[in-house]
Amino acid sequence: MFENLTDRLQSVFSKLTGRGILTETDVDAAMREVRMALLEADVDFKTVKSFVAAVRERSVGQDVLKSLTPGQMVVKIVLEELTALMGGTESRLVLSGRIPAVVMLVGLQGSGKTTASAKLARLLQQQGRSPLLVACDVYRPAAADQLEALAAQLGVPVYREDGGNPVEIAREGVKQAVATMRDLVIVDTAGRLHIDEAMMAEAAAIRDAVRPDQVLMVVDAMTGQDAVNAAKSFAERVDFDGVIVTKLDGDARGGAALSVRSVTGRPIKFVGVGEKLDALEPFHPERMAKRILGMGDVVSLIEKAQSTIDADTAEQLEARLREGRFTLDDFLAQLQQVRKMGSLADLMKMIPGANKLPADAQVDEGALARTEAIIRSMTPRERDKPSLINGSRRERIALGAGVSVYEVNQMLKQFAQAQKMIKQMQVAERQGKKGRRRGGFFPGMRRRHISYH
Amino acid sequence: MSPTPWFKRISDGLTRTREQLGGHLNVLLRRGPQLDDEFWDGLEEALILADMGGLAASEMVERLRKTATREALPDARAVVARLVDEIAAQVTLEAEDPFASGPACVLMVGVNGTGKTTSVGKLASAASGAGRRVVIGSADTFRAAAIEQLRVWGERAGVPVVERAHGADPAAVVYDTIAEARARDADLIIVDTAGRLHTSPDLMAELQKVKRVAERESPFPVRSVLVIDATTGQNGIVQAREFHRALDLDAVVLTKLDGTAKGGIVVAVVRELGLPVIRVGVGEGIDDLEPFDPLDFAGALVGDIS
Repeated sequence: MFENLTDRLQSVFSKLTGRGILTETDVDAAMREVRMALLEADVDFKTVKSFVAAVRERSVGQDVLKSLTPGQMVVKIVLEELTALMGGTESRLVLSGRIPAVVMLVGLQGSGKTTASAKLARLLQQQGRSPLLVACDVYRPAAADQLEALAAQLGVPVYREDGGNPVEIAREGVKQAVATMRDLVIVDTAGRLHIDEAMMAEAAAIRDAVRPDQVLMVVDAMTGQDAVNAAKSFAERVDFDGVIVTKLDGDARGGAALSVRSVTGRPIKFVGVGEKLDALEPFHPERMAKRILGMGDVVSLIEKAQSTIDADTAEQLEARLREGRFTLDDFLAQLQQVRKMGSLADLMKMIPGANKLPADAQVDEGALARTEAIIRSMTPRERDKPSLINGSRRERIALGAGVSVYEVNQMLKQFAQAQKMIKQMQVAERQGKKGRRRGGFFPGMRRRHISYH
Repeated sequence: MSPTPWFKRISDGLTRTREQLGGHLNVLLRRGPQLDDEFWDGLEEALILADMGGLAASEMVERLRKTATREALPDARAVVARLVDEIAAQVTLEAEDPFASGPACVLMVGVNGTGKTTSVGKLASAASGAGRRVVIGSADTFRAAAIEQLRVWGERAGVPVVERAHGADPAAVVYDTIAEARARDADLIIVDTAGRLHTSPDLMAELQKVKRVAERESPFPVRSVLVIDATTGQNGIVQAREFHRALDLDAVVLTKLDGTAKGGIVVAVVRELGLPVIRVGVGEGIDDLEPFDPLDFAGALVGDIS
């Protein structure tokens, strides 16, 4: 498994005792690591070359800032350069005043165009537009049905003509929008290979027929080195204005996003982060840069916690905490919320520095499951009043959960400590010590709402 | 089967672009015959460019280095000529093809957008054409219109498709499919599942349940086949690892080889997980899924050496 860039550079620089200025030798050693990190993230090979050259030039002779180690200094430079290359600040979708405005989506098969079309319709609908979706994929079986099913969830109409010509469908779709007072047309096109001459010509013909305000290319975050080939062809033949990167809810580093940006110069506008229709977000260059470098992303962790943790449960829990009642059932509920966020190993990856822990000490995925089993092996009364749990009950619980009595004891001890902590917090709060954080032991359990964007 | 051999079509795609491995190797060869560090580094770079990944690439270079010493290969050209054989050897595995051997119940799995539904249609058509009695199970009950899409493929292939409503439990669809297969005395069951990211524990657990139900109900051995898109980069290895951990996979189908991407990621997948590639997708037609040939694959990956 690859470590993140910070760690790699720390190890390169650990041999260096002196600080001061970054020498050419230091930088060369570091650049090898930067290069490998970027290639492993699927960043285009040529982009990597020119990027590394630029970073090298900026790094040599740089003063290492007082608060930083040489490794951190290089990471800082790399991150800044990468963020700049990614397009600086986020870019928005600019539509002309024309009614209806037209947006057209293009891309390879399976990149997620149809889903992205619906997500975009939802986003712009929320901004006050009334979209019409146009189904120009006449090749993939049931593609129009898929668009229709998604649009139905949004209450957005779809224009389709089964067996029709995609160029005509697009043109008719725009007319339909005028006739039905829709002020935005989103044209979903068929997935096509960038080397398929006829299909690329078709995409260009659709573009010429409807003259879109924006043509967006949909790029799968998991794409490898081939992303540049596709992006270049689409830029030449269809000339897109921006990019939607999809499937960023997985663990792909997403170097393809950088490749497409640097090879075509077109900005990334949105990222797809889930299967639901609200999972389309504006693009943040710095977050993407960190992701490509494999650096911890606490913002994502908090967002993940917020998106999975069910607000009602969290509120109930907080109410109970304030009453000073925290039972094993509450503990169980909290555990389940954490488990819903995914494997602990994945969560750990988002915490900067967490991978410095020794490998075996890092996470015990089974521990949560065992704790859950222990609590589930208790009777409701026991969960409410753990003091009831005597020796013979402990044995029964251990047997039920398939663990040793020792583990049951450990668990109860931990719980007692947690309860004590909560009581102390109650006291502190009653005594008027303001500003203490309330809530759970796990990230995201606080009821503080960090707005998405 | 299609008139042009697939490796020919792949090679055709290849000549359209200079970004491919072959292009890089040609550049590398033009600098001279010497087997120096610059050559070996260049070779490794070229393999990474083919999406083979750092680990598989450096191992491959190491192996070629040893071969070069052992067999006293005279120059860079001779080493590059050996590259195809080395890659082919790496992806050659003795494997049972669940679609071509005895009765089987095959689950097609993978991340979103790799071409599972299309592959199910093509596989069903080929097996049915070869005289198998096939039943398709439409267990992608999540994606909008996936059921309708598979229904069209079923009609094209002349194979019955078992389905339930959108949103139904996929394991229940598998249950029904196996019952239907028994009633029809079928000998091959192919199940389409919803695309899912390997990072979603809930969806992976759902897939494990699908497999458990299949194993409990199916009169035939149950096989799980991962569908990987040839354009996939280094995340492909993580995908394969996670799906393998959840389902104990039996084989891999590599799709979309008709573009400029050559699917170098499967070299890393085979290397790490020992999973055989059994089919390659080379087009959108119903016959465009062909048996995997290691030499043709390696040849297309490396490209024309001039």
